Amino acid sequence: MSLPPLLSRTVVGERTWSVIVDLMVFGAVLAGIQGLLVISRYWLGEVTPAAEISRSPRALPEYAFYSLVRMAVAYVLSLAFAVGYGYIAAYNRQLEGLMVALLDILQSIPVLSFLPGVMLAMVALFPARQLGLELGAVLLIFTGQVWNMAFSFYASLKSIPRELREAADIYGFSKWQRFAQLELPYGAIGLVWNSMVSVAGGWFFLMACEMFELGKRDFRLPGLGSYLQTAASAGDTGAIFWGLGAMIGVILLLDQVVWRPAIAWSDKFKFEQVESAAQPSSLLLNLVRRSALVARFRGAVMRPVGERLSVLAARRGPAAVGPSPTGWKMVAGMIAGALVGGVVLYALWGVVMTLRTLTTAELQSTLHGASATFARVAASLVIAAIWTIPAGVAIGFNPRLARFAQPFAQVAASVPATALFPVVLLALIRIGGGLGVGSILLMLLGTQWYVLFNVIAGAMAIPSDLREVADVFRFRRLERWRTVILPGIFPYLITGLVTASGGAWNASIVAEYFHFKGQTLSTLGLGAQISSASDAGNTDLLLLSTIVMATLVVCVNRALWRPLYHLAQTRFKLEG
Amino acid sequence: MQAIIEARKVEKSYGSPGDGLIQVIAPMDLAVYPDEILGVLGPSGSGKSTLLRMLAGLARPSAGDVVHHGHAVGGPCENVSIVFQSFALFPWLTVLENVAAPLKARGVPAAERDERSVRMLDTVGLDGFEKAYPKELSGGMKQRVGFARALVVEPEVLFMDEPFSALDVLTAENLRGELLELWQSHKMPTRAVFIVTHNIEEAVLLADRIIVLGKNPATIRTDFRVPLQRPRERKDARFTELVDYVYRVLTRPDLAPKLEPAPVVAQLPKPRYQMLPHAHLTALAGLLELLADGTGRDDMYRLAAALTFEIDDLLPVVDVSTLLGFARVEEGDVEITPAGRAFAEADILRRKELFRAAALANAALIREITRSLEARPDHTLPDGVFEDILDEHFSEDEAKAQLETATAWGRYAELFDHDSGSRRFFLHEDSVARGEAAPR
Repeated sequence: MSLPPLLSRTVVGERTWSVIVDLMVFGAVLAGIQGLLVISRYWLGEVTPAAEISRSPRALPEYAFYSLVRMAVAYVLSLAFAVGYGYIAAYNRQLEGLMVALLDILQSIPVLSFLPGVMLAMVALFPARQLGLELGAVLLIFTGQVWNMAFSFYASLKSIPRELREAADIYGFSKWQRFAQLELPYGAIGLVWNSMVSVAGGWFFLMACEMFELGKRDFRLPGLGSYLQTAASAGDTGAIFWGLGAMIGVILLLDQVVWRPAIAWSDKFKFEQVESAAQPSSLLLNLVRRSALVARFRGAVMRPVGERLSVLAARRGPAAVGPSPTGWKMVAGMIAGALVGGVVLYALWGVVMTLRTLTTAELQSTLHGASATFARVAASLVIAAIWTIPAGVAIGFNPRLARFAQPFAQVAASVPATALFPVVLLALIRIGGGLGVGSILLMLLGTQWYVLFNVIAGAMAIPSDLREVADVFRFRRLERWRTVILPGIFPYLITGLVTASGGAWNASIVAEYFHFKGQTLSTLGLGAQISSASDAGNTDLLLLSTIVMATLVVCVNRALWRPLYHLAQTRFKLEG
Repeated sequence: MQAIIEARKVEKSYGSPGDGLIQVIAPMDLAVYPDEILGVLGPSGSGKSTLLRMLAGLARPSAGDVVHHGHAVGGPCENVSIVFQSFALFPWLTVLENVAAPLKARGVPAAERDERSVRMLDTVGLDGFEKAYPKELSGGMKQRVGFARALVVEPEVLFMDEPFSALDVLTAENLRGELLELWQSHKMPTRAVFIVTHNIEEAVLLADRIIVLGKNPATIRTDFRVPLQRPRERKDARFTELVDYVYRVLTRPDLAPKLEPAPVVAQLPKPRYQMLPHAHLTALAGLLELLADGTGRDDMYRLAAALTFEIDDLLPVVDVSTLLGFARVEEGDVEITPAGRAFAEADILRRKELFRAAALANAALIREITRSLEARPDHTLPDGVFEDILDEHFSEDEAKAQLETATAWGRYAELFDHDSGSRRFFLHEDSVARGEAAPR
């Protein structure tokens, strides 16, 4: 059979490509095995709580590797936990309310508040091995990533359309099949997007998680975060820029190698009945899909394993529908509930006893700090709104500008603000601004992007006929903003502000308290108090400030954001 | 004859026992026999779909039993399938994977699974589409996948929940024909078909036996065999006669159906709260104008066609006009009243006045909201007050729907308004002025 010349050339092209891709896959597998060996040797080796951090750029690849492994392990843990937690919360009617409320509270507790407990427990668990320290850092990153993912999966499960669920029931899907063919695919898109947000949050707190003091003990783990912090402490500008460059490089690489393929892959889980015009694509994903090696692996390993699993699950029978607990299960549930309730009461008693030992001065400083941080969070949100609304609307309305500005903004947003702190601080000190005001700028660095991206999305979502109405009736600028633009972007703006507000509270712990050039810069604030209490090992004060912060965040959410969100969902929704 | 699935005194209610119990299905006996297509007809909200789900074992009856070959059903019935109105295909699975999924659930090995699925796709005319994703298919093809998935497990009973109502007219007709062909040629390994629909012609076309449900709560109004040979012709006089008969049963809740005696139904615990029909008021004007322009009386069937309405959409409009005293229903015909004629011939403002008077006189909820608002010094009340009252009589969703309809009526009549932000009702300013001009 002879092929037309053009066609045969593309076929040959694909073949060579496919060989190259196979080689790449092979190389990646080898590198993975090598990495596993290195990391296991290091993790299982002798413990060095305070590693010497080199400021030489040559140490950066190794540090980047260690940080990446920590992030990856923390992410995998987060994913597993999020899926499990979301699953139980969605299906256990007795626990649902409690678990969702708990998520709300846990989400509002800053990472550093977990630090002493987690670290000391892990070190006590593996006193002689590096593993304990590393697991501590991993768990810290985990606490910063997991909650929104869990909530996303829970919300997905709750919103599965009724008829899809009924189809799974009537055809007798086993639990496993229901999970693999209905629940996980339905939740996949939400999980991917929340994973991106979570991992970005992980980079944000990497410095805090890799290098910290705990009472008299100094902890330093080799990694990008500790490198940057060491460079900042020494005031070594060159090293700061090297570290920054390495971090941005890793983040951009991850974006190409992990997130873009993940988004393109998850597009097939979109719950739509009609194919949408624009589909995300990823070069890498296309290449991997074309690889013969990967295809053979799937055929020889993945498929038989999946088959075996589904047969095993099918043998155990269909999943129960509408689980209504019977007799002994109810009793067991009640006993478990009573036990948990008892433990919680006991812990509460402990908290009360601890708080009683605090001095009035400490209480006062906590309240002052809380109002200072509250004011800063509010200020940072206002500033973010002031500049991002006009900028975002301009970008959203102008496709040409959007094509140019969006990738730029994405790169800017992907740089963890904490890594920029030293640079910003240097500039602040030069112009003579204090950290009191400077920390607002630092919060802004971390959170304004959420607002900007949402405003852009909102502006793009305003139907062009509404804008045409404004043109036809010659609305003046003020009228145009009041009747078309602001109401149109309102739901998106609120979403952005909610996320930014949560981020700003969390950022206060790193923005208000900073080790720099051998000294500690700090300003009055709840975040600074949490950081310093954690540094000094003052668990009582740490507990108090954490409770105050969590209460504030939850109250603001209930009193301000939830009503606004409701308003956005009802009055300002653009569909019908 | 031995029934395959039998409902024995099943009923369904929502809410808690005691005061707030709302019965949607009154105790009902019903059996699905082998070798028949059973069609269930009823107005929307009559609990047809709930009935289907109870028989299939997806929903539990509040009382009574569903029995499958003599055994009480506790969970989803074995060996039954459902074809859904929304198709309910998994969009992330290919056509082949969608069809094979039920076989996978039964632990059928991969090779056999694929072979049987491909064969079934062939049967429904989808060969060559195995690797496509549902979103790449048209509505009709999607429902073919739905059929293939339902039939691949060789179900004893095939349940269908309005399977053709999401499709356009031509596609639906085409699929109906193919379903009948599969059934008659015994190409589908199914003993019985249970189809829920609101389309009377569809039921008469397909079913061997038809059950018509009444609503609030659902009761069996009539249950009869369709005495027509297949293939059935829509233009056949006996076909239209049967369609007319079903229309009469559907539209005259007080009329005792003549083919079979009305079943004895347990008496309701308390008088029902009057229910506002959910219809657009523009459709009300349209119907009355149409009647006024003609002879003043017309067959509901023809009216639906003239307004390009499904009968299911027309019924609430007819309900509104009878409730307001603008029209009467007799023997499947709608007749305009003098009040209705006055409305049809009035201008916009005059229409609002007539509507206002009629609504206040005849619609309990409208009257109640207006009077309550008038009694308040600030002429406003939270909507929760009325929702609480309605919750005692209706399901939660229906209570909401009632309030929404009342809001639309109140706005049109310029009696009161509702603000969704503060969730409060307000007396309309004109209404305030009217109240002060004529103090009681």
